[in-house]
Amino acid sequence: MSRTLIIAEHGGGRLNPATAKCVSCAADIGHPVDIAVFAETAADIAAEAAALTGVDKVLTIEDADFGQPLAAMIAPEAAAMAGDYSHVLGPSTTYGKDLMPRIAALLDVNQVSDIMQVTGSHRFQRPIYAGNAIVDVEAPEGAPVVATVRTASYAAAGNGGSAAVESRAAGAERPQHSRYLDLKSEGGDRPDLQTASRVVSGGRALGSADNFELVYRLADKLGAAVGASRAAVDAEYVANDLQVGQTGKIIAPDLYMAFGISGAIQHVTGIKDAGTIVAVNKDAEAPIFEIADIGLVGDLFQVIPELEAALDDG
Amino acid sequence: MKILVGIKRVVDYNVRIRVKPDGSGVDTDGVKMSINPFDEIALEEALRIKEAGKAEEVIVVSIGGDECQQQLRTGLAMGADRAIQIQTDQALQPLAAAKALLKIVQQEQPGLVLLGKQAIDDDNNQTGQMLAALWGRPQATFASQVVLEDGTATVTREVDAGLETIAVDLPAVVTSDLRLNEPRFVKLPEIMKAKRKPLDVQPLADLGIESGHQLSVTRHAPPAQRARGVMVESAAELVSELKNRGLL
Amino acid sequence: MSEREVMEYDVIVVGAGPAGLACAMHLKQLNEALNVCVIEKAAEVGAHILSGAVIEPQALDDLLPGWRDHPPPICVPAEKDEFWLLSKTGRKRLPNPPQMNNHGNFIMSLGALCAWLAPQAEALGVDIFPGYAAADIRYTDTGAVGGVIIGDMGVAKDGSRKATYVEGIEIHAPVTVLAEGCRGHLSKRLIQRFELDKDCDPQTYGIGIKELWRVETGKARPGLIQHSIGWPLDRQTYGGSFIYHLDKDRVALGFITALDYRDARLSPFEAFQQFKHHPSIRPLLEGGEILSSGARAVVEGGYQSLPKTEMPGALLIGDAAGTLNVPKIKGTHQAVRGGMLAAAHLAQSLSSEGFDRKLRRSPVVAELKKVRNIRPGFNKGLWAGLRTAVIETVTGGRLPRTLSNHADHRMLKKLDDYSPPDRDWVERELPPRDRLASVYFAATDHEEDQPVHLKVADTDICISQCTEEYGNPCTRFCPAGVYEMVEDQSGRNLQINAANCVHCKTCDIKDPYQIIDWVTPEGGSGPNYQNL
Repeated sequence: MSRTLIIAEHGGGRLNPATAKCVSCAADIGHPVDIAVFAETAADIAAEAAALTGVDKVLTIEDADFGQPLAAMIAPEAAAMAGDYSHVLGPSTTYGKDLMPRIAALLDVNQVSDIMQVTGSHRFQRPIYAGNAIVDVEAPEGAPVVATVRTASYAAAGNGGSAAVESRAAGAERPQHSRYLDLKSEGGDRPDLQTASRVVSGGRALGSADNFELVYRLADKLGAAVGASRAAVDAEYVANDLQVGQTGKIIAPDLYMAFGISGAIQHVTGIKDAGTIVAVNKDAEAPIFEIADIGLVGDLFQVIPELEAALDDG
Repeated sequence: MKILVGIKRVVDYNVRIRVKPDGSGVDTDGVKMSINPFDEIALEEALRIKEAGKAEEVIVVSIGGDECQQQLRTGLAMGADRAIQIQTDQALQPLAAAKALLKIVQQEQPGLVLLGKQAIDDDNNQTGQMLAALWGRPQATFASQVVLEDGTATVTREVDAGLETIAVDLPAVVTSDLRLNEPRFVKLPEIMKAKRKPLDVQPLADLGIESGHQLSVTRHAPPAQRARGVMVESAAELVSELKNRGLL
Repeated sequence: MSEREVMEYDVIVVGAGPAGLACAMHLKQLNEALNVCVIEKAAEVGAHILSGAVIEPQALDDLLPGWRDHPPPICVPAEKDEFWLLSKTGRKRLPNPPQMNNHGNFIMSLGALCAWLAPQAEALGVDIFPGYAAADIRYTDTGAVGGVIIGDMGVAKDGSRKATYVEGIEIHAPVTVLAEGCRGHLSKRLIQRFELDKDCDPQTYGIGIKELWRVETGKARPGLIQHSIGWPLDRQTYGGSFIYHLDKDRVALGFITALDYRDARLSPFEAFQQFKHHPSIRPLLEGGEILSSGARAVVEGGYQSLPKTEMPGALLIGDAAGTLNVPKIKGTHQAVRGGMLAAAHLAQSLSSEGFDRKLRRSPVVAELKKVRNIRPGFNKGLWAGLRTAVIETVTGGRLPRTLSNHADHRMLKKLDDYSPPDRDWVERELPPRDRLASVYFAATDHEEDQPVHLKVADTDICISQCTEEYGNPCTRFCPAGVYEMVEDQSGRNLQINAANCVHCKTCDIKDPYQIIDWVTPEGGSGPNYQNL
């Protein structure tokens, strides 16, 4: 019964990439991996899941009630399936965070939240205190492990698989107390700073609110959200809600590009979990270079237009 | 209708968290403790619902040693009508916390339970969902707006894809996200009034719950520090470096 | 303007430091029926308190007999005193001055001590309100102090009311006890309004910057007390360091620079960081980590600068009055004794009248009088100061002379009139890298959308006159980097990073034009010191 079940996340008829990251985590646990797809129509999603490297079986559970991501609908069904598994994983997205604890409670276990590393079949590392401490957690043997996977800690599994797809009938009783109404994607053209996968940020070196246009233009070219250092906010180049850092937003985009930001500890606290940090600053001694994955010493007024041109070229 | 609000005493968000050198935990010596910020938002929402005439009573409940009475008193000063302390010196894991809260739910029969989406110490994000599951009632997590009407809560949820709206029949569990509201400042005279509001202490042992399977935390460590990366010479080189890493 | 809500007390204490808490507690000890409240601007008691601190325990014995059986969380008996004269690369042990003999004393965190006192005060029936700032004085029809006005909450930067706006209430009482500590902003106003300082010398100050470190195992020697004078300061600048070795591999260290320094280019923060790099200090810190840091002005004026401590409806106690003993570098025992004396006075009559006379006849002022000439002796430089210190110590302060004090802000020399000594400071490597990094360890937090609480009366002076005459010393004397001269497309401007402020009050004191007025920000704002 050493087997891992991953609850697939999907939307708009596509598999969410977070699921592929769970597969990578499950691979570290080492047991055979199945993926459960709860959907109204599961075929396309299941096909994507079946193509993920390292997946043994894809189980589809189709029902009109599963057309929308309602935890109260899915949890009883998932919990009923869990009897065949030692581990049940979901992504640490709002979907997984909503659903997985409900499954865990039905199985009478605590959940391991936000796995960042697997150190044994029942041993994991996870962050607490907003990532300011990492704990080793051991789940008890003899009970299912229900866990969410911190997506930023795992690369997506590849597409080299060809798992069998099996259909399962839904059997558990479903509640009538919850109804899905709608989903609105937020904001206008620019992504939300808090959740964007790319962020372009500017500091006081921009020199004026007008010059901040440069940052906006580059961000739009990259489909990125715009952020700012506190110094830029204090100088009133941009509004307070763009502030990244200790007293602003704590963010973890895949790509963070800092222009003319010195990298005070207060700012760095807000981006410490970012995937890749790029820093462009005139001052080669700026502390931001000590934590940047890619650094460029240069004048942002030159570098940004050059970057735009380079992006246009290729 | 009664609203039950769970509040947890946590290390204040301003405190620099430091792992003890021996890895046995984080240093909480002399640090400031506060109501978990998400719980404070949950309480604020409950108070607004009551002030809008849609609830009669707001009850705050906390689980912990007698020191959590300080946070309960703060909750009373914000405007809650009474408080319940589930008294224990153990740190409960989410499942046990949910079971303990369920006992209070069964006693009080609230029409709505409001909790923070997660506590900023353990960052578990489980208790609300677990309570809803054990109670067999709906959950609406990550709430950024709550509208109550005719026994239904219409809740806007902050999900990764945007703002999702669901409708749940009451009673239900709603967990608050950051943008639900901005909690009020407490006026000084309210602190004095809060001292006279009822605070009921119920020993955890008397609730008769089984804590179930527990996770064991064996070691704490500070997070890995980011290291200095590579330097590039030009914008073109930067773009190709980003492409190499699959970021463009 | 709406009528503010009112609460009534018998005694209001402003500030939950050692003086204020001792006063409030002793009031309740003497008369349980009195209604006493303590207003504290920090989010919690102790969070704005910063001190060395080696504490003489006798005053605590008087306030809380039996405290030694359940001591505060940081409390290490003094074991050994060392006094050093530093040169840039070397050091010489000096004989320990008798005032700095700490046998029988305890190294504590004053912040932790106050946080430990607070629940005991509450148990006595004192109402303590942390997170509320006394923003203004309420005067009665006769012009006497009649209480305080709590600051409004939820005011936006531009002065408009945010959705969370709450009007501050008034607290009325027959007596208000100002226990705000050094350069309290209400105390400052009251000293001016009632001319309490017209018969004394100007108050003088120092800026103390402190860090708490966890050092490598075995390096800390619990109970060791080390003080130094000399490098990195020049001989004309008064100041020195302290290193107090605590338990659990912790070491508290700090540096005090007297604010009568002349060199407009001097940065007290940098002086402290330089001190840490002295070859005799640096090995202690290498491999360790900073746990917390902060800064606070200290009073140095002593006996001759002590203002009248009573006015109609109010008293000044502790360092709001200025009772710190500079040669001992200790103010806590004085603050506690002064607070208790005020309590004893008020328990009799609930009137401020007659307190000043009692204070001046008390051991609190006797102690100040005895050492009154030691600190001003250093006005003529280090060697003259040490000489005066020896004479005054030997004679026990009985020589019929009182050296005078001068206002710190008048002592700064214009750039053109002063050639700074060659400081020959070293390249630094120990953290914090800069003041911003230091502020991080102070965990300072201000709601950013609130009015700037550092009121600069005329920024034109900053941009033109001060730039020319003093080179904007605010950008250097502030230990938190609050003041910056910024040049951008709109020209050269003073930028006030108010959110960095650690409430030390140095700017209010040292600004040569006296155009900076420190007022209290929204209650609960400011540093969140841990064990300082």
